[in-house]
Amino acid sequence: MEKVLANQSFNKINYKKRSQASFIWKKLRKSRTAMFGLVVLTLFLLVAIFADFIVDYDKVALYQDYKHRLALPSSDHLFGTDNYGRDMFARVVHGTRISFSIGFSAIGVAAASGIILGATAAYRGGWVDTIITRIMDALMSIPSILLALAIMAALGAGASNLAIAMALSNTPQFARLIRASVLTVVDQEYVSAAKACGTSDIRIVFKHILPNAIGPIMVKGTMAIATVIITAAGLSFIGVGVQPPTPEWGTLLAENREFMRTNMNLLVFPGLAIVLSALSLNLLGDGLRDALDPRLKN
Amino acid sequence: MIPILLLVTFIVFTIVNLTPGDIARTILGSEAPQSAVDQLRKQMQLDEPMLLRYVNYIRDIVFNGDFGTSYRSGISVFPEVAQRFPVSLRLSVLAMAFAVCVGIPLGIIAATKQNSIIDNICSVSALFFAAVPPFWFGLMLIFIFSLQLGWFPTNGLDKPSSYILPILTIGTPAAAELMRLTRSSMLETIRADYVRTARAKGISENQVIIKHSLKNALLPIITQIGMTFGVMFGNCAMSEIVFVIPGTGTLILNAVNSKDVPMTTGTILWLSVTFCIIMLVVDLIYAFIDPRIKARYKSTKGVIG
Repeated sequence: MEKVLANQSFNKINYKKRSQASFIWKKLRKSRTAMFGLVVLTLFLLVAIFADFIVDYDKVALYQDYKHRLALPSSDHLFGTDNYGRDMFARVVHGTRISFSIGFSAIGVAAASGIILGATAAYRGGWVDTIITRIMDALMSIPSILLALAIMAALGAGASNLAIAMALSNTPQFARLIRASVLTVVDQEYVSAAKACGTSDIRIVFKHILPNAIGPIMVKGTMAIATVIITAAGLSFIGVGVQPPTPEWGTLLAENREFMRTNMNLLVFPGLAIVLSALSLNLLGDGLRDALDPRLKN
Repeated sequence: MIPILLLVTFIVFTIVNLTPGDIARTILGSEAPQSAVDQLRKQMQLDEPMLLRYVNYIRDIVFNGDFGTSYRSGISVFPEVAQRFPVSLRLSVLAMAFAVCVGIPLGIIAATKQNSIIDNICSVSALFFAAVPPFWFGLMLIFIFSLQLGWFPTNGLDKPSSYILPILTIGTPAAAELMRLTRSSMLETIRADYVRTARAKGISENQVIIKHSLKNALLPIITQIGMTFGVMFGNCAMSEIVFVIPGTGTLILNAVNSKDVPMTTGTILWLSVTFCIIMLVVDLIYAFIDPRIKARYKSTKGVIG
């Protein structure tokens, strides 16, 4: 009896304290597809973080074993081996780390610069807004893969340059999104109230405006990571992104393309890794959007 | 429109010309004497400030239709792009036609039969294909239909049948996106009051769907079609490389790999300008379809874009 009472009071306190985040989480948990996405994504993230504990990079992922070239999947080599006898499983595992770091860092930078540019444009208005909006519009008029290609042409190939190119080509979308969401709240009374209290502009933007505009950014960010992983793999595949022997997923596909006839496994596994990771991010993004949609609030 | 185009050209020109290292040195090779490099720099006006070179570049394009000469092969950029561009455009347009013909009807069916088996199959496969990288999808198609079944050629565009795999490669992800958007957009209008009213009037179900529901759901779909063209130009470039098709994609890739600045700039500019024009056309269609926009612009006499 006491226990039940204690539980009840515990629940009561929880109920009072319930933040927006826990509210979203509660709704997200109800969506089976979003939870599937979250579970798969967590698995990928764990693989990316603990890649070194799963298989050693130098000893396995880069180890060339000419006696076992182009082996088909077996208990020794789960995904088979490539033309240099390197274990494909190890390469896909370490590819996860590279692809995900490109995806997350690029979108992290893009979202941060998008927040700065978009919030400045919407909050300042006037000519600042006009200039930022015009430049972002122009950047968005260049198909994003081609923009990334142009940046790669200037910077040269490599993983960090690829992340920079992806960040730059995604910034305008975030800036535009954030500008739109900030515009919807910038005229609210609580913003005027904060201004009347003499709060600094930066504090108003970060404390009062952005928390109310964070929902769309999260949804967009989740989905954009999926797009970046796909596009980055594409650029590596055509040879302007991450260079071999670094095992990025797109690079793996490019390396093993010529063995398509005999060793399909070498192309299937890296491709499936891209599809699954992008799928999980998209599912999570969809779930977040539904959870954040005020029309579906009950 | 013109200011946006100028900004686009300026951005592309600046980015590509930011290449670190001496372009003249790259062209002549590391063994060439310094005097020859200096002479070439002078000849190519590489010592001039970037802004001046940009102005010259635009002047040449506007007045002479001259996009410069390739650093590598010495051929003029414009005829080369003009010769390859129709191939890419044809592929993109055909793929878009495929995406529209598959994506929109499936989206309508999924929305009208919400939560049915058809809806679930469509939605799940759309989710899957939206996550599939086009170049990998192309490789899988080649493996199944060319190498295993031998139905279609693996590369080139010589026969009509060789168009099928590239179109599927570029079109399927776009169809998946369109299907998802059509479905969600239709789901919103299908519950609207005017649709209930239309049903109450006793019109046939097909008419309700097409005339009342779809017509109102169409605006975001048209925007999406325009935006997808941008993605498609990129994906087209990648599948051109997979299928070894002599379009603009393979041209850009060769230019990027050989640090051929005029060719890279010229091709990317060309595609971006085409995309701008497509977006302008989408805006015009928008204004044509949506009576609200038409009414708003009637007073200012259609100054759009």
